[in-house]
Amino acid sequence: MSEPEPAPDHGSLRARARRVRALVRKEAHQIARDPSSLAIGIVLPLVLILLFGYGLSLDIQDARVAVVLDEPSPDAADLAAGFELSSWFDARLTTSMAEAKELILDHQVDAIVRIPQDFARRLSRGRAPVQLLVHGTDANKARIIHSYALGTVGRFLERRAGERKVQRAGAYVESRKWFNDANDSQYFLIPGLIVLVMTLVGALLTALVVAREWERGTIESLFVTPVQPGDILLGKTIPYFALGLVGLLLSILSARFLFHVPLRGSVALLVLVSMLYLLVALALGLLISSATRNQFLASQATLTSTFMPATLLSGFMFDIRSMPGPVQVITWIVPARYFVSLLQSLFLAGDLGSVLVPNAAVLAGMAALLLLLTRGVTRKKLA
Amino acid sequence: MFPSLLRIWALVKKELLAALKDPRSRVTLFVPPIVQSLVFGYAATYDLTDVPYVVVDRDRTDASRQLLARFDGSGIFRRVASADRVEDATDRIDGRDALLVLQIDRDFERRLTAGLGAPVQAITDGRNSNTAGTALDYVSTIVSDFNQAWRAEHGTPRPAIEVLARYWYNPNLETRWNMIPGLIGTLTMLQTLLLAALSVAREREQGTFDQLLVTPFRPPEIMAGKALAAVLVGQAQAISIIFVAQLWFRIPFAGSYGALFVGMTAFVFAAVGSGLFVSSLSSTTQQALLYSFCVLLPAVLLSGLTTPIAAMPKPLQYGTYLNPLRYAVEIAQRLYLEQVGLDRVWPDLWPMLVIAAVTLTAASFMFRRIT
Repeated sequence: MSEPEPAPDHGSLRARARRVRALVRKEAHQIARDPSSLAIGIVLPLVLILLFGYGLSLDIQDARVAVVLDEPSPDAADLAAGFELSSWFDARLTTSMAEAKELILDHQVDAIVRIPQDFARRLSRGRAPVQLLVHGTDANKARIIHSYALGTVGRFLERRAGERKVQRAGAYVESRKWFNDANDSQYFLIPGLIVLVMTLVGALLTALVVAREWERGTIESLFVTPVQPGDILLGKTIPYFALGLVGLLLSILSARFLFHVPLRGSVALLVLVSMLYLLVALALGLLISSATRNQFLASQATLTSTFMPATLLSGFMFDIRSMPGPVQVITWIVPARYFVSLLQSLFLAGDLGSVLVPNAAVLAGMAALLLLLTRGVTRKKLA
Repeated sequence: MFPSLLRIWALVKKELLAALKDPRSRVTLFVPPIVQSLVFGYAATYDLTDVPYVVVDRDRTDASRQLLARFDGSGIFRRVASADRVEDATDRIDGRDALLVLQIDRDFERRLTAGLGAPVQAITDGRNSNTAGTALDYVSTIVSDFNQAWRAEHGTPRPAIEVLARYWYNPNLETRWNMIPGLIGTLTMLQTLLLAALSVAREREQGTFDQLLVTPFRPPEIMAGKALAAVLVGQAQAISIIFVAQLWFRIPFAGSYGALFVGMTAFVFAAVGSGLFVSSLSSTTQQALLYSFCVLLPAVLLSGLTTPIAAMPKPLQYGTYLNPLRYAVEIAQRLYLEQVGLDRVWPDLWPMLVIAAVTLTAASFMFRRIT
């Protein structure tokens, strides 16, 4: 077909290396000329990690509550003061339930604590109810507020018991969070953010590079040269891999030194699996770009296949085991899922072979498959 | 006035044709919102339905077995192993086979009968501390149910204060109830903003934008045409997601559909305005895609959908007032779960109108300037 007559030395490895080097140089020139690639590779990761590293947290501080005092007894006032002084709550006192309801409807407070009439008398008999009404729209937040309220009531009881230690009756839970005793949500959000950032950066870098050449027709000029489809692929992968690597290292450094996420695994392994994942993300972008040959479609497809899946289906925020079976099956094809597992373990747990080997193997397989598929759709043939 | 409207209408038709005539574009614009809302509707939940756990029961008495029976019968906790020593059990956590280890000490029953505190140790996988926290919450609930039953049977004293919790608007605390309404705006914004952002940049790159400028169309008309076409696509996307929410997930809807339509339309205008503003700044598709991401990522992650706005640092909380998605998520959640009308959600409605007006005006100025 349009295959050019191969000159005698075109198949040799040295000739191939020379062709790829030329293509890499050409791509590097293009990167240097359009600063937006540099921006994606270096500025975007840094800005995202900083913005979300400081911005995202599931640790609620100052939950806003209205405390309704139905009786003016010292005990009731004491419990109300417990809510006011607690660092968990930003409490405002009121004596009317109607006012508190208005506050919750207007989203001025997230919950109402109602200390009912008769509280002091019933407390002295050892059976006092306290009502807690939580705005349940955000279920996660509501649960956190509930446990804060239990803690505040517990402290009130301890304080009231004074010096003599309160006798805890019945079974109670002593909890520990393995790998994250500080219970800092940043410890798992930051590794997750690195995954998100690398997914986007990798795919964004390459999403348009082939489609653009198809749209502008410059790919035809490549076809008349001796370069092979595999050369084009390598020529597109290598420069963006180098660029993505810079962003990757910046993200890891900021996780470690700005956000003080402990790194319990080895640095070498961390860098190695991250490079593997970067390759997967770049290959995904290249595949989309080569398959669509259209920048509009490539943009939309990249957006849909990277951002939300990497956020919602990767285990970064939501537990995969609790998703229904068919949705779990979908998460198997989300590369981010394996990288989240790897990063959370490498940062917080250490070099666990049982986590590292299978996840890294899947990523390697995905990279190979995506590159092969891309190689398959890149034909030296005009549509 | 009238000829101007006619011209705008002609442009809207042209834009819709350009976006929808290719079957691949039609699929790209209308299938993902439906598929994503289905998949994410199931995936995006903080509720746990499967907590694999390992038991270290060193008491082996009636009491400990009763407690464990409650876990096994909960439908959420799934026992994957029993171990004699905690060290063996925690290996299971390392390898992610288990999320939780429960250890019951040797004198559990004896302490219970004596009216003393009887600890149950719960060790969770803190690699996702939120999941761990939720699992511990479930453990506490089961243990306190167990206590109640034990007290009823053996007549031991109750705690002096009982907190009776009730959750308004979402009595069973289902994350899905607030996640899916929040997804309406989120999924719509992603694609609509990008559509608007690419619309001008693409024509600039291909050189057809100059051709448009030499026609009798005035720049504000060109912009209105592009904006209206993208708004129509966005509305269609929003409506398709609402259909999924209503017909498939059957999320209870307390507010009014009219108010929801008004709210989502205002939001789509704000999203399209932001997209066109991005577009007016970029001269190539690559730049438009990059700038769109720079708007979309913060907009989505800082919208309050996945992490609460109240947990963000104060300066960033003020920053979210510029984010149209913040209002769309809240408006949809309120209209779904609370029985409110437009008057209550007005504080969320007008900022979106302001954002739409500002971005659209700015975009139409930028069109004139750069080209």
